[in-house]
Amino acid sequence: MKTAHYTVTAIVLHWLMALLIFATFPLGLYLADLKFSPTKLQLVSYHKWIGITLLLLVVLRLFWRLTHTPPALPDALPRWQKTASGAVHHGLYLLLVAVPLSGWLMSSAKGIQTVWFGLLPLPDLLNKNKELGDFLGYVHESLNDLLLLLVAVHIAAALKHRFIDHDEILSRMLPARKQL
Amino acid sequence: MKWTSTMLVLGLMLCSHTQAIEYNQVQVNQSALTFGYKQMGVAMDGSFKQFTAQVRFDPARLANAQARIEVTLDSIDTGLKDADEEVAGKLWFNTRVYPLASFFSTGIRPLGGGRYQATGKLTIKGRTLEVTTPVTFQGAGNRGVLDGNFTLQRTAYAIGEGEWRDLGTVADDVQIKFHLVVFAAPAVAPTSSNLPPRKKP
Repeated sequence: MKTAHYTVTAIVLHWLMALLIFATFPLGLYLADLKFSPTKLQLVSYHKWIGITLLLLVVLRLFWRLTHTPPALPDALPRWQKTASGAVHHGLYLLLVAVPLSGWLMSSAKGIQTVWFGLLPLPDLLNKNKELGDFLGYVHESLNDLLLLLVAVHIAAALKHRFIDHDEILSRMLPARKQL
Repeated sequence: MKWTSTMLVLGLMLCSHTQAIEYNQVQVNQSALTFGYKQMGVAMDGSFKQFTAQVRFDPARLANAQARIEVTLDSIDTGLKDADEEVAGKLWFNTRVYPLASFFSTGIRPLGGGRYQATGKLTIKGRTLEVTTPVTFQGAGNRGVLDGNFTLQRTAYAIGEGEWRDLGTVADDVQIKFHLVVFAAPAVAPTSSNLPPRKKP
């Protein structure tokens, strides 16, 4: 049976975002406790630049999702798995917007503007307010914990379908191989 | 004839009185000393909460003008708590050894239209360099405001040594901005006590 694939655009966006999340998530975790230093200032900037890039990419992705229907899940898939899959994907989309947005809000409240790649100044979304900045830092961290959880479930499910169920679910998000 | 000369003298007195108003009481709590800098390409600003200033400024007698400002470096507010603690350290201001930055004016010349150019010696962290800054003055009655800003290079004063010398992270240029509210103290105004006793009719 021929596997239905996501479009090239969707596949590129998915894996590019995965790569950037795997870069900026541990970076954020690492720099949170780093001593104040030029290295920290640099890493915070890189973290913010990648975060804003992810926010831009998720907007493109949501646009793709609203204008396309993703390849259908196999009919044989139990109903609860279809429901769970839908819930996790909705949660992921939500967090992929909320996590970078909370970081941007936190930066604004802390009074450090985000200048994308040191070139494009983004507007501050909030006025400087130390208490609010600290609170948004906590929000950013909590949302990331939630994102970590959902990404773990997402990966575990993909691997289970691939290596235990031997179905085509993961293949939908992999580049289509030429039929021999 | 006598009447005219009296009027002339009085007129001159009055004239010199209005011109020779010396502003010499700085209202520190209405004044501000702020600065701007760039960190990873991001414009940041901060201020010094504590400073003292002695100013003598009479637009009509610039030769007598003087300014002396001393800044308590520990009172810095960089906008970031971590940075406030960091800049007190040895690599930055080393406030334990050099608690104050000071400025002494050495001269001021008029540029016209309430604008001046002041020069002076700025000492930070044991290093003294000459600085030149534009100043504007606006006076209304016994209250005047002196405003100005100039750019200094932090590395010229060894502010931010070692790993902080990297100018890509914290830029070399620091914009210093001052806003001084000055009053003419009536008791010290020289001409008021020199006024002739009122003539009896």
